[in-house]
Amino acid sequence: MLEKWLLEVDSVSKRFPGVQALSNVQFRLRPGSVHALCGGNGAGKSTFVSILMGFTHRDTGSIKLRGQEVRFSTPRQAMRAGMSVIQQELSSVLDMTVAENIYLGREPRRGPFLDFPTMNANAAAVLGRLNFPIQPTAKLRELSLAERQLVEIAKALSHEADVIIMDEPTSAIGEAEVERLFETIRLLTAEGKGVIYVSHRLSEIFQIADSYTVFRDGGFVETGAIKDIDRRHLIRQILGGDLKDEFVKENTPGATRLLEVSGLTRTGHFQDVSLQVHAGEILGIFGLMGSGRSEFFECLFGIAPADRGEIRVKGERASIGSPSAAMALGMALVTEDRKESGLVLTSSVNDNISIASLKQITRLGFVPRRREAQNVRRMVDYFSIRTPSVRQLVRNLSGGNQQKVVLGRWLLTDPDILLLDEPTRGIDVGSKREMYRFMSNFAREGKAVVMVSSELPEVLGMADRIVVFRDGRMAGTLTRDQATQESVMHLAA
Amino acid sequence: MDHALLAAYARRFGIFIAFLVLCFAASLWNDNFFSEGNLINVLRQSSINGILAIGMTFVILTKGIDLSVGSVVALAGVVSASFATLSTQMMITDLFGLDIGAGPHWVGIAIAFGLLAGLLAGVINGVLVAYFSVPAFVVTLGMLSAARGATQVFTDGMPVPALSPDYRWIGTGELFGLPSPVIILAVVFLVGWVALTQTRYGRYVYAVGGNEKSAKTSGINTRGIILSVYIISGVLAALGGMLLAARTGSALVQAGQAYELDAIAAVVIGGTSLAGGVGTLFGTLVGALIIGVVNNILQLEGVQAYYQLIIKGGIIVFAVLLDPSRRQGS
Repeated sequence: MLEKWLLEVDSVSKRFPGVQALSNVQFRLRPGSVHALCGGNGAGKSTFVSILMGFTHRDTGSIKLRGQEVRFSTPRQAMRAGMSVIQQELSSVLDMTVAENIYLGREPRRGPFLDFPTMNANAAAVLGRLNFPIQPTAKLRELSLAERQLVEIAKALSHEADVIIMDEPTSAIGEAEVERLFETIRLLTAEGKGVIYVSHRLSEIFQIADSYTVFRDGGFVETGAIKDIDRRHLIRQILGGDLKDEFVKENTPGATRLLEVSGLTRTGHFQDVSLQVHAGEILGIFGLMGSGRSEFFECLFGIAPADRGEIRVKGERASIGSPSAAMALGMALVTEDRKESGLVLTSSVNDNISIASLKQITRLGFVPRRREAQNVRRMVDYFSIRTPSVRQLVRNLSGGNQQKVVLGRWLLTDPDILLLDEPTRGIDVGSKREMYRFMSNFAREGKAVVMVSSELPEVLGMADRIVVFRDGRMAGTLTRDQATQESVMHLAA
Repeated sequence: MDHALLAAYARRFGIFIAFLVLCFAASLWNDNFFSEGNLINVLRQSSINGILAIGMTFVILTKGIDLSVGSVVALAGVVSASFATLSTQMMITDLFGLDIGAGPHWVGIAIAFGLLAGLLAGVINGVLVAYFSVPAFVVTLGMLSAARGATQVFTDGMPVPALSPDYRWIGTGELFGLPSPVIILAVVFLVGWVALTQTRYGRYVYAVGGNEKSAKTSGINTRGIILSVYIISGVLAALGGMLLAARTGSALVQAGQAYELDAIAAVVIGGTSLAGGVGTLFGTLVGALIIGVVNNILQLEGVQAYYQLIIKGGIIVFAVLLDPSRRQGS
């Protein structure tokens, strides 16, 4: 017989040195339910999840799983008890295969030896059930970020757990995979399992969840059924106030062409891409995972070489062989993955912000400290980056603030063309809006933004024109007036 | 003050406090420890390792390693020393037919060739690591063997004896009451510290070690930076080699054996992360001094050389164990 509650959490508190991460939060998960856990950055969601999974230990409070009080000291114990998690931070071992990652720590064995055939077959079955097109024997390193995320999902589901926590499971994957994930979630809940769904993407919450709980600044705010509330209400609860509009769009495109690309090709990644970006314009590039969007940016910015095609910047033919060449032409690139290719996590906020523009201020190779500090201060203020000090290590900042550090770094190079790859991934509603405001202001100054995003509402809300990529080719271009959810998806899939 | 900042300070100065405690303990053990003569002795004995460790810090900051420094010590020692003996000087004079006479200018020539040997080793290491993407461990392990071999080829396996007094001065002389190697260490440290903390180059070194992709995207010539740190390490190893030859009075083929281990130990004790991007030269200097003090106490106490190695090994691991910020997975 099923218990009324799969998971009951009462009065859980956790203090870290200097911050009360959680205070007296409560949470209830019903069998067969998808329960959305909502909150901005710093709301305590991640701490809550890591307490549930035994990564961190609570100071006070009680957690009951199927009516039994539990206190996990390691994730392994939590998993044994029927909990599993899809983590926000990808935790895959890059040099192992997909199957080895999925069965890490519980490999099927024959005697003392690993049973690779069984492991691969089981992994293939899990991936097949999810309809994920990934080879069990592929090395993680060879996979894209999106595919690695799919492997994480498969791994969590292969545990056959009763409570599955999904922490930003869709932050790196495309619409089609999201749909497959949702189908899987429906299968799981039909079997009576409970899903805790943590996401900044409100549209997904309204699509898949049936109940919700909101945390704010480490405290419990409210819980209820999704059918009783609307998007506006949820945003208000998360922010603790009203958000006027989700998007900020005040730019108007001009006639000057800042960037022209014709016939750009990188074999195996994308072909014959031709587009123009005008002064004052925000150009959106939409495409599903593997459509060649990020690779296109890498070519534009000189990280990877193009095989064919021409790039013109401000009318001049440009040959961009390295990022420094791209920077000299007034370009800047905010990469898709902050942690992997954006930030130097071992360095301070100060060093991360100033690194790309040091060339412009150093004299005889020396860094003028005061000038640098002024620049950094200007960026910290401009983006209202929340950090106790600019000497703080950037790894200790929240996702939204980290993204602002990357933006500050590039804004200091005084670019005219800003390439943004998934600029709002993994950041909360409030920070997203600040990002949109920044993009809009930037374009208003007669500069140009090219934004790659897999969040369709964001592309529709911000872009003046939308270029749709499909399988490495341009499937079409839509103006702001023509573009709808349906017309874009029709081109993309 | 917030926790992270406090941790950063603890990381920066914790090792210095440990060093002071060690010195205090040493003075309790042995009355002679704090004598002026002995302290200068500790400095002198730490100076060559200190110089190597400074070069090693640059390399490790970029996530690399340089195992070849011990062999480069020997190579640069014999190359340089060969210009500091009367017979070579006469041979060169005969060969080129121009007599520049004997005298201190030969010291300059000897030093130049010694540094050139280190530069060459560094360039080979750096090019292979940066431009051919061969792992640093493998490249410098190869160089460890090759440079030692080159040393033997160069001298036919014989030591280069009877170095001129002028040349010997760089290893045995005194300036302002301090041994010349200590002065040289101080200069190297100061230049290295300025480069790492005050210049754009230093920022780039940290960025490349912390996240090479990010550094590259930010317009940094990451390969150039990686090449440069191996050159620095090679040149400093050469400097160490010449100091060693000058101090002993002859350049030995087997000089500098296992010096890479003490250099790496000093860097690690000093708080530099083998994962790259984190560390200070100040820490490295203190790390080198800790190793020097430990060696000194063990010698003062008359501990047998074999046991000294065991105790030193234990202290290296213990130093990292004691510092919670440096343990993995926390």
